[in-house]
Amino acid sequence: MELTFYIAAAVAVLSTVMVITRYNMIHALLYLVVSFLAVAVVFFTLGAPFMAALEVIIYAGAIVVLIIFVIMMLNMRQEDVQREKAWLQPSTWVGPAVLSAVLLAELVYIVVAADVATGGAVVAVDARLVGLALFGPYIIGVQLSGLLLTAGIVGAYHLGRQKKKVIHRFLQERSAAA
Amino acid sequence: MSTVSLEAALLLAGVLFMLGLVGVLIRRNIIFMLISVEIMLNAAGLAFIVAGTRWVQPDGQVMFIFILTMAAAEVSVGLALILQIYHQLKTLNSDAANIMKG
Repeated sequence: MELTFYIAAAVAVLSTVMVITRYNMIHALLYLVVSFLAVAVVFFTLGAPFMAALEVIIYAGAIVVLIIFVIMMLNMRQEDVQREKAWLQPSTWVGPAVLSAVLLAELVYIVVAADVATGGAVVAVDARLVGLALFGPYIIGVQLSGLLLTAGIVGAYHLGRQKKKVIHRFLQERSAAA
Repeated sequence: MSTVSLEAALLLAGVLFMLGLVGVLIRRNIIFMLISVEIMLNAAGLAFIVAGTRWVQPDGQVMFIFILTMAAAEVSVGLALILQIYHQLKTLNSDAANIMKG
């Protein structure tokens, strides 16, 4: 398990360095996903498999997809066919693919070579204890998280709103008729 | 109890946090700065998980869930701000946004 940790840590550091040195956002996001996956493997080796699942689902899934949507909405005037062709060069995807392959090899190693009794995972603190702590002593924190997420939704809607061009469709029809 | 040493895991968290900080400092593109802040939050969560594993307490993982919630809310508001800045200034350079006009 220790060697797995070191390999995943090396992959995480390497892909994070690649994230902050890329010029192209989509390339950086590819490496960012690899970095989050490597940190998820680190969580797994540390004995927190539930947190590893949350890392993959929320960070590598939700947040990165949100950033990609915004990059698509920004419409950066770079989308010509030549550039699209250049993006599909092997130099774009070979780096993330190799690093992801290292992580996949680690996953296969963990599943195959680990003993059957523990299911392959070194579980230091399992999800049941986390849930008991979360809805026991930390219940006020959970409620505050709900408030924070509500504030985030309202704030994002308010800030991301475009300026209206027409006042109202009834008023527009009346002004057109008049 | 896992076999990974505490120092190595904390060193990884520190290195990732420093990389995120360097990313915030050296990049001028706002989206890259937001991504670097995400990296820093992730490293802080890693440090919490390491501590929770070290003392076999669920508190570290609870803190990671809170950090995750905060990161999700922060990235949604930050991306909405980026959309507004791009519509107002037609650029993503953070130096262009040095005047806060409402």
